[in-house]
Amino acid sequence: MSNQPDFVQLKKLATQIRRDIVRMVHACQSGHPGGSLGCTEYFVALYFHLLKHNSKFNMDGQGEDLFFLSNGHISPVWYATLARSGYFDVKELTTFRQINSRLQGHPATHEHLPGIRIASGSLGQGLSVAIGAAQTKKLNKDNQLVFVLMGDGEQQEGQVWEAAMYAPHNKVDNLIATIDYNGQQIDGPVDKILSLLDLKAKWESFGWIVNEFEGNKIEEVIKALDHAKSLTGKGKPVMNLMKTVMGFGVDYMMGSHKWHGVAPNDEELKKALDQLEETIGDY
Amino acid sequence: MTKFTFTEKKDTRSGFGAGLHELGKQNENVVALCADLTGSLKMDAFKKDFPERFFQIGIAEANMMGIAAGMTIGGKIPFTGTFANFSTGRVYDQIRQSIAYSNKNVKICASHAGVTLGEDGATHQILEDIGMMRMLPGMTVIVPCDYNQTKAATLALVKHVGPAYLRFGRPSWPIFTSDRPFTIGKADKMIEGKDVSIFACGHLVWHAIEAEEILSAQGINAEIINIHTIKPLDVPAILESVQKTKCAVTCEEHQINGGLGDSVAQVLSRFFPAPLEMVAVNDSFGESGSPTQLLKKYGLGPDNIVAAAKKAIQRRK
Repeated sequence: MSNQPDFVQLKKLATQIRRDIVRMVHACQSGHPGGSLGCTEYFVALYFHLLKHNSKFNMDGQGEDLFFLSNGHISPVWYATLARSGYFDVKELTTFRQINSRLQGHPATHEHLPGIRIASGSLGQGLSVAIGAAQTKKLNKDNQLVFVLMGDGEQQEGQVWEAAMYAPHNKVDNLIATIDYNGQQIDGPVDKILSLLDLKAKWESFGWIVNEFEGNKIEEVIKALDHAKSLTGKGKPVMNLMKTVMGFGVDYMMGSHKWHGVAPNDEELKKALDQLEETIGDY
Repeated sequence: MTKFTFTEKKDTRSGFGAGLHELGKQNENVVALCADLTGSLKMDAFKKDFPERFFQIGIAEANMMGIAAGMTIGGKIPFTGTFANFSTGRVYDQIRQSIAYSNKNVKICASHAGVTLGEDGATHQILEDIGMMRMLPGMTVIVPCDYNQTKAATLALVKHVGPAYLRFGRPSWPIFTSDRPFTIGKADKMIEGKDVSIFACGHLVWHAIEAEEILSAQGINAEIINIHTIKPLDVPAILESVQKTKCAVTCEEHQINGGLGDSVAQVLSRFFPAPLEMVAVNDSFGESGSPTQLLKKYGLGPDNIVAAAKKAIQRRK
């Protein structure tokens, strides 16, 4: 991928993917728009700038960078990004959460959707999977990297901390993990449900290199991920704490846990689409 | 008629260790993961000779299952090793989502299953694992009966693509399957008979053979079939035997719910209704004791199989 990103084009992609997300969730009247909208810049930065990847999908992904989504409920942003990257026809986005679809509510390999390498949805498992894939890359002398995204509420799962302990001990330094730090979970603000306290200090104390950045500015995201990439191969895994706003780009959804897993109605959809210009073309 | 005897006893877990070590030599994609029980799982030889392919996970079984699933991406064939309790119940959701539903080529190898774990007691004596694993779509479930068969099953697993659960145990146990072929999913008819079909798995195959001798002395001709693969179940072999004998007994070191007994009951009730008696742990937890004491107390001995066989024959009439 080019090191000189075309920010105008990337912003157009982000806006179009946000339109895709709200339309997908509206069409089936279910799914998770909040986290999807908040992570759009991250997905655009990954698939259209950072990852060395091939839309002619191969499960083993040798010689490619791999991405795993641990917080599988934000599948709308991933599916839209994969479709816009050429993994499958954008028209297939109409089947999201419908019967007989490859676009399951939560990502699954079971229906053979290109781009998906593991099922996720039950939280806390993706970091372990990414570590395993990263260790296989080392055994295979494959120098590409492994990326994984988790939620901040997901940090409440115990398995995350098993994985947190393992990766530095075993010098898994071809791994870039990111936490979508939007401060919201289903029942309310994370700090009110079960506080993470100083998340940066926690990960640092486990032996990770920790970066913090703003996740809703594409320039910032690309700069931060390029920086994270430069920190790989130095004996430690890399963790990004990515501050995002849940529901970013749709004013009435922004910053509220209420839009974690609720679909907009017809009127709300129109209101959202009025704020998100059609740039590349709707599916 | 085939007579089974033994000259040597060994633990089935050592069969796993020997098989795994052999696989390390045969196939460079084989990797082994262990959650702080390398000695108990007999994985030391693999660890010593293939250190770059041995992964010490620590006491973190959920992480182990996730890492194993991830390692398959890129072509590795992970064998995880810990006690059966921590290989199943503790990590059911990780196995379900990251391994079974994701159809990953992970071999979950589980030692110290059942009451024969002995003195550690019920916290460690899992008796529900066969049920949990066989309920998962696409999961192969193998319960070998002795050292040789556990080694053979371990070797067979590397050629079998897809998730699998291999269950074995702690105690020293008779070795009696020398030179018998092992094929995943193909039941092994060890002794021919016409009066009652006795289906057994794991350690209880030996008890079934002992029971056959007692029954034979009393003029009852039992057929002994080793169902080492609980899933996929060899349905034709079960039906062929019961269509001849018209009654059956199942024997397993597992709860009466969910294991071999339920598997055979399902086949018979659907295709050939016939009396079935189950030798299994009757909906209770285990306790501390020696393997021999526990097998006796929980009704898993040869005498229990003899009594069950007679009852099945009686019910047939």
